[in-house]
Amino acid sequence: MSEPVTALMGAEDKVGIATITEGGPLGMITLRGDLSDKALKKAAVAAGGVTMPEQGHCNNEGEKGIAWMSPDELLIMCPYVEVHDRLADLQAKLAKGHALAVNVSDARATFLVTGPRAREVMGKLSPVDLHPDRFQPGMFRRTRLAQIPAAFWMPEEETFQIVCFRSVARYAFDVLKVAAQPGSEVGYFTS
Amino acid sequence: MLIIHCPNCGVTAEETEFHAHGEAHLKRFGPGSADDEFESYLFMRRNPKGVHFERWRHQYGCGKWFHVARDTVTLEVFGSYSAQTTEPPEEILQAIRDRRPEWELT
Repeated sequence: MSEPVTALMGAEDKVGIATITEGGPLGMITLRGDLSDKALKKAAVAAGGVTMPEQGHCNNEGEKGIAWMSPDELLIMCPYVEVHDRLADLQAKLAKGHALAVNVSDARATFLVTGPRAREVMGKLSPVDLHPDRFQPGMFRRTRLAQIPAAFWMPEEETFQIVCFRSVARYAFDVLKVAAQPGSEVGYFTS
Repeated sequence: MLIIHCPNCGVTAEETEFHAHGEAHLKRFGPGSADDEFESYLFMRRNPKGVHFERWRHQYGCGKWFHVARDTVTLEVFGSYSAQTTEPPEEILQAIRDRRPEWELT
């Protein structure tokens, strides 16, 4: 089997006010179906290895996780090498119902923005209230990053993990780099 | 700038995360209908100065459709509601009447 390669070969930018790193490769499965269905929930939890997230939230444990994408969609995350087995297992469990599960690992890019100014960098690019009281670790938000669709959450305080389409990975990295360029501190969230 | 609430995913955000898709509550006239009805269904749209009902989509978010009642002059948003309806719900109409006592649904 060929080696998995991320879109930007693990690009990194450490000179700015926050560190930007390309993450991955990460196993990602899009699951669409009736999220209130017990069989679907059970199968999703088995594939994601964490508990079912509430609306607008994301549960993560290392590379494993489940994110609530929309009223009928989940994003299941797992280590890249396990994605085929987990998907096959998930599809077998869902064969009786009406649901769709697809491996999107190679169609996505992920980024990590870390540092005490990570909120500022994200706040410059997204129309989201990122005040520490309003956006906290565990929450999940699908929105835009400047001109492209993206989703992000905070695995921990001072860290944002971003997921976007692989085809716009270069744009995402560059725009994050500009938002974090040296000397661009705003100081809005830090008094 | 409009602040819009998506009733599908519960997110409240400003308008750039959404996209407007024109007048809501259109009645469809399909094959077999009169030519002028079909024409008005396809092309004729209301363009009110004041209260308006629109279809919106949470473009960069959950991707779902919903309806918004707003004022085209003051840009006040009265509320948003499910797209799975043929007429505005009573609470939305009440919210509009509270702000525009002389307004009537036409």
